[in-house]
Amino acid sequence: MTFLTLDKVSHYYFSTSGYTKALDDISLSIEEGEFVSIIGPSGCGKSTILSIIARLMKQTEGEITLKKESLMNSPLNIGYMLQQDYLFPWKTIMANILLGPKVSNNITENTISQARKLLDEVNLKHTEHDYPSELSGGMRQRVALVRTLIKNPEILLFDEPFSALDYVTKLKLENLVAKMMKTYNKTAILVTHDLGEAISMSDRIFLMDATPGKIIKTFFVPKELREEEPFFVRRHPKYQALFDEVWQHLNKEKGMTLHERND
Amino acid sequence: MKETIDRIFHDNYLRKIKIEKRIVTFWQIVLFLLFLSLWEIASRLHLIDPLLFSSPTKVSSLLYEKVLDGSMLNALQVTLFETVLGFIIGTVLGIILASILWSSVRLAKIADPYLVIFNAMPKVALGPIIIVAFGPGYLSIIMMGAIISVIITTLVVYSAFNEVDPNYEKVLKSFGATRRQCFKEAIFPATLPTMISTLKVNVGLSWVGVIVGEFLVSNKGLGYLIIYGFQVFDFTLVMSSLVVIALLAAIMYKIVEKLESWLIKHTA
Repeated sequence: MTFLTLDKVSHYYFSTSGYTKALDDISLSIEEGEFVSIIGPSGCGKSTILSIIARLMKQTEGEITLKKESLMNSPLNIGYMLQQDYLFPWKTIMANILLGPKVSNNITENTISQARKLLDEVNLKHTEHDYPSELSGGMRQRVALVRTLIKNPEILLFDEPFSALDYVTKLKLENLVAKMMKTYNKTAILVTHDLGEAISMSDRIFLMDATPGKIIKTFFVPKELREEEPFFVRRHPKYQALFDEVWQHLNKEKGMTLHERND
Repeated sequence: MKETIDRIFHDNYLRKIKIEKRIVTFWQIVLFLLFLSLWEIASRLHLIDPLLFSSPTKVSSLLYEKVLDGSMLNALQVTLFETVLGFIIGTVLGIILASILWSSVRLAKIADPYLVIFNAMPKVALGPIIIVAFGPGYLSIIMMGAIISVIITTLVVYSAFNEVDPNYEKVLKSFGATRRQCFKEAIFPATLPTMISTLKVNVGLSWVGVIVGEFLVSNKGLGYLIIYGFQVFDFTLVMSSLVVIALLAAIMYKIVEKLESWLIKHTA
């Protein structure tokens, strides 16, 4: 069953000096429980897609449906994780996690015990009463993951959530996120500039081109890779072949460097 | 063995800090005593006119007398009451105004030129109008203490609201938060440190407003004592009142500073 569909979605940014077409006629659909990645050069509109799906802004044109209902009218929750954790420094870890339930006014005994359970799953049970400043970057990002999951979102959006972390922490977190997504059978969209990350975590990869942003190629990750944990995918013989293929397509697009980061 | 050596190093470090602190305090006291003795000597030798500039001994004996007969305490109570109230009203009103401006971008745009003009205007110039509006009494003086800090508080706090990292709002909006909830959960708490530092500025401003207010209308308070001393050419009285004001302002500033460090510890 198709879970999330973008149908001919376009988006413009307006300013007094003119306009930019950030997204041009994007159509894609994602199945329930699928993990897809979006890669592409800076300014190709990867983050714009996430912001629109997260309902932070509305697309200029086109239709988006979630579970056969228009996204804007859908009561379903959508989880959104940013490049940095953005934990609120004046709130304890527990208060940070309960932010979502607090906003929708339903903190119950049940949510609190659910929060404890999730915190335990990311091995941070002992930090419940700490403040974010007492935690390391990786720990904070794990808390941010729990904060997103507590609302039981239908779909999780990751906007380069690992890019601010050191390499070892990043690999560990990739594994953890992949495991949690599988355990809870969550649908997820990851935006990243790291090819390896996209390949090791996803079932499908969309390659985008910039100005205007559009999808130019879809890669299907082989079954053997999809079933492995991200850390082992990187060592799998089939990994390199896919990496090279994506790499070639990336470089075909002119003026594109891998060092550029998404804004 | 190794541990005791480590401890010795640490003790040495602590001792150095202590010595440095003592040196600073020592020179602060020396400077103070030097100032007092120069003033006293200059006054006795008539290098400065003792009638205009008084002397520390005269000031302290007058202070002693005024404290004993209760009149200084009375004046102090009046002025302190007015200042604290003016300070609180000015700050709270400023924060409320800033919050209202934040709630509507359009309103903020409309209000902008008025705020700029009102901020640039010397507020004490409004004194006569305030007195006419609120009557010659406490209320006018408190209003002077408040009005002098309210607009600057509004502007500083409002710009601090706008400087809060928009990603905190994004997080909240992704949970479906309303603008009001964003304000309560992110904007307001994130701006607390700025608000507290405006408190420090406002303490000083409120003193200005209240003293000027007392110059204009009062028959009580420290500002009144200053203007009265000036009119009857009793500059010892003027100096005594100044000393009391300086002490009070310093104490108030220190209290706000303590409040600041306490709040920052408990919010950040």
